[in-house]
Amino acid sequence: MRTLLFILQKEFKQIFRDPAILRLIFLMPVIQLIVLPQAADYEMKNINIAITNRDNSQYSQQLIQKITASGYFNLVTYNQSYNTSMQYIETDAADVILEISSQFEQHLIKENKADLFIAINAINGVKGSLGSAYLRSIIQDYNQQIRNELLQQPRMNMVPVIEVVPMNWFNPQMNYKFFMVPGILVLLLTMIGANLTALNIVREKEIGTIEQINVTPIKKHHFILGKLIPFWVLGFVIITIGFAIAKLVYGIVPIGSFITIYIFAAVYLLAVLGLGLLISTYAATQQQAMLISFFLLMIFILLGGLYTSIESMPLWAQYITKLNPVAYFIEVMRMVVLKGSSLSDIIPQLLSILGFAVILNSWAIYSYKKRS
Amino acid sequence: MQQLISFIRKELYHIWRDKKTMFILLGMPIVQIIIFGFALTNEVKNIKFAVLDNAKDNASQRLITALDASEYFDVTAVLQQPKAIEQAFKNGSIKMALVIPQAFEQELLHTNKAQIQCITDASDPNVANTIINYTNAIVSSYQQELQQQPLPYTIEITNRMLYNPQLKGAYNFVPGVMAMVLLLVCTMMTAITIVKEKETGTMEIMLVSPLQPLKIVVGKAIPYLALSIVNIISILLLSVFVLEVPINGSLALLVGESILFILVSLALGLLISASAASQQAAMFVSLVGMFLPTIMLSGFMFPIENMPKPLQIVSNIVPAKWYFIIVKNVMIKGVGFEAVWKETLILTGMFFFFLTMAIRKFKIRLA
Repeated sequence: MRTLLFILQKEFKQIFRDPAILRLIFLMPVIQLIVLPQAADYEMKNINIAITNRDNSQYSQQLIQKITASGYFNLVTYNQSYNTSMQYIETDAADVILEISSQFEQHLIKENKADLFIAINAINGVKGSLGSAYLRSIIQDYNQQIRNELLQQPRMNMVPVIEVVPMNWFNPQMNYKFFMVPGILVLLLTMIGANLTALNIVREKEIGTIEQINVTPIKKHHFILGKLIPFWVLGFVIITIGFAIAKLVYGIVPIGSFITIYIFAAVYLLAVLGLGLLISTYAATQQQAMLISFFLLMIFILLGGLYTSIESMPLWAQYITKLNPVAYFIEVMRMVVLKGSSLSDIIPQLLSILGFAVILNSWAIYSYKKRS
Repeated sequence: MQQLISFIRKELYHIWRDKKTMFILLGMPIVQIIIFGFALTNEVKNIKFAVLDNAKDNASQRLITALDASEYFDVTAVLQQPKAIEQAFKNGSIKMALVIPQAFEQELLHTNKAQIQCITDASDPNVANTIINYTNAIVSSYQQELQQQPLPYTIEITNRMLYNPQLKGAYNFVPGVMAMVLLLVCTMMTAITIVKEKETGTMEIMLVSPLQPLKIVVGKAIPYLALSIVNIISILLLSVFVLEVPINGSLALLVGESILFILVSLALGLLISASAASQQAAMFVSLVGMFLPTIMLSGFMFPIENMPKPLQIVSNIVPAKWYFIIVKNVMIKGVGFEAVWKETLILTGMFFFFLTMAIRKFKIRLA
């Protein structure tokens, strides 16, 4: 026990001795947590539309009026030729083209039927299909309006209508920040924790101070624990700062209890730090350690379920996420912060993370060799 | 010139000697492109949902089947009472609950109008939005099935999805992942080179040599440029042959732009390296500092035009944003240089800015 205390003293001194790193550790998450969540808005607005109108009738004008008044679309060009509109798409100045053919109004009235053509940039498939869905629904509304005008006595409900009443639970205002802020906090915590520990032991190897530790009677598990505990404490400080920002800047207060989050975080940090230490015992240089931790972190973060949903990934990728600690914490954050889930609701996730923590740390202790 | 060549040779030895690191540098982008190219998509599929069917009639059954049969939805639970909905949401087993009121079919037959309730788990608002859109689409096509005779005065809409008719996620994500992987890997490669010499003490030897800072900085970058060109070739081969993303524009232009982007990233890494005090600080800045901003502000994950104005301005300093635009335009739209000259100019400007700053920050005296 006394040995451990001395190691801890040494490690804490080393952390606090380097103010440049310390500043980075605290400043970076604060800045990113304030700036980045604002970027994560999927809701479509300001879709740039190019309209090619060959009809110039009253109806086509009304339709255009309706589209620009909807608030979703931003008219960037109004012209008579499809090719002109296409140029706007090619230079990214417009996202969607609406082409109104000549005699649109005449066809609609005389032949009961008129055509419209929509072409949308679908490189981002979801953006493309949402944009075209918005445009279609505006056109269909307008269609209904015309129908009601033309059929003097509109018979009510000619069409069977099933109305879908949406209800958004847990986040009625659909505020995406409630979801992003805790998620980004998890990512930052993971990166900082894994990165710092990954570089730690290998740094002693590179500088050569590991020799001095190896000749002392310090036990392997003392050494690893001594490396683990300071960063574990640091992790708690970062989480606390993160929730303070969430409260002050975004007004986010978890519906569930902080105790649940902190219990999970305690185990989670052990797992992440254990992973970092494991990398550190295997790597020969700091560069290697960093590249390996970057590689793993990138997979963990991008497949963590924050940016894209796990259910829509191919099956093999879903299996990978079973081995991804970040995915568990993001899920738990979502459950506790937004749904108010209690400790008993998150037991499966907690047990999985505990498993990671035990395996990774024992492995790190095992693979740390006192002989070189 | 002779000096520079010998210096580059020295750097090449350093890289060549450390086979493990070289293997990681060349292998990592390959694995990342494959994993992310296949796994990342912002579509939402196989949404698990629960049904609370109070009507239990023909129409309600058909509606549920219609939802379940689509690739977007899977019924996973049939609930009996409203209370069960909350529990199902809380333990995270469903994303949506569909509530069908009593006498659904009768309402529909007699008044031609009925309501259903679609409760979503909006703790992820983006997914919730998508779920509602999908439900609306499926319900309205079910409606059309019910509709017998054609309606008068109908506007028919023809829809064309340009560039990506099958709406493949890869068309958007592969250029994005390319930008991200190249930027981060290249920056990290050079971010520690200078500071490492400081830490190991070999910097002193270099400083007493007649090499000028410009030559040292450039000499550090060139071997990594060669490595990165190998990377870009493997990434492009994978995109075309494994991920099936076409190169519609000129290959030479795409490779040229990629090399420009690599130069920007290497120069950025050198700048970090020249300013950092320790390897640890350099890595921290290049990984923790750049990772999330690159993902979130380069436009491939979240469209930039949806962001608040101040953030749109901030996104301009992210090099990956410009490269992402270039790759999308050249690779997928197949347009020529005239469509991307502006972005090319910006990247060129960034390159010279980072390089000049790196040389200026490079101190010829040890502290």
